[in-house]
Amino acid sequence: MREIALHVLDLLQNAVEAGAGRVTLTIDEDTALDQLTITVADDGRGMDAKTIRRVLDPFYTTRTTRHVGLGLPLMMAAAERADGMMTVESQPGVGTQVAATFRLSHPDRQPLGDMAGTLLAYLLSERDADLSYVHRRNDNSFEFDTAEIRAMLDGTPLADPTVRRWLANALTEGEEDLEHENGEAEIT
Amino acid sequence: MAKLKSLEDLKRVREEAQQNIKTRTETGTTIVVGMGTCGIAAGAREVMHAITDELEKRGIEAHVKTVGCIGQCVKEPLVDIEQAGMPRVTYVNVKPNMIPRLIEEHLVNGRIVPEWAMGRLEVS
Repeated sequence: MREIALHVLDLLQNAVEAGAGRVTLTIDEDTALDQLTITVADDGRGMDAKTIRRVLDPFYTTRTTRHVGLGLPLMMAAAERADGMMTVESQPGVGTQVAATFRLSHPDRQPLGDMAGTLLAYLLSERDADLSYVHRRNDNSFEFDTAEIRAMLDGTPLADPTVRRWLANALTEGEEDLEHENGEAEIT
Repeated sequence: MAKLKSLEDLKRVREEAQQNIKTRTETGTTIVVGMGTCGIAAGAREVMHAITDELEKRGIEAHVKTVGCIGQCVKEPLVDIEQAGMPRVTYVNVKPNMIPRLIEEHLVNGRIVPEWAMGRLEVS
């Protein structure tokens, strides 16, 4: 994977495959701490301690849980290459939280990449687990919650072409404004 | 403050969407893009972008959906095209530069592109 945003898309898909109803994604870029932190938390079926240990093994995969495969080992390798680490916390029946850190200035840190594209790919997902998203860069942030968007749409699906156009524009603008650090952005 | 389209905007979007919903369900087209680890690593997100861009360019109202892995990882990115009354066709190893021809042939001219297709499921 060439971008961190692609790893993030993969983690979001894991959450959906784990039967999550709600996913929380936080991206925190803190230049003072020289750290990028990415957290994906879901309320899916979760894993027991034994499974958690095994999901970090790239050669462990099972179709019965589907919460595993190459995704987590690839994310862990990417974090460790950039002087960071990845942790997985999970409880059966409660959910899973994956957190990865990267040293922002590390030469081997991949670019964050196309987060708007990752978010759109997630929002067009067949299974519609709500997403609460916060992307912070120092004092600025871009955030939204699909529960609020759905409430406004009154039953029209996110994948509807008219809605899709709106989402694609709103996500691109939100991420670009953050890129230029010109203040708070929010879909409100 | 950043300029961002507001949620209020969505009311207008919703009304627009609901007006068109009936025509679309009758002649509906859905394009499905595999977005598992395998698909993502093979470039499925860029294929999704190419599809939405091409649909916009041609003004085609089709749904685009993303799904997980279906187990044909070596053939990713996979793109399925479903149309009312037509067989569902799966295209394999799809690259963004294949999308204009795929949409031209399959959606506009109604002709399957056999050399890119994996298989078909007849609609029952």
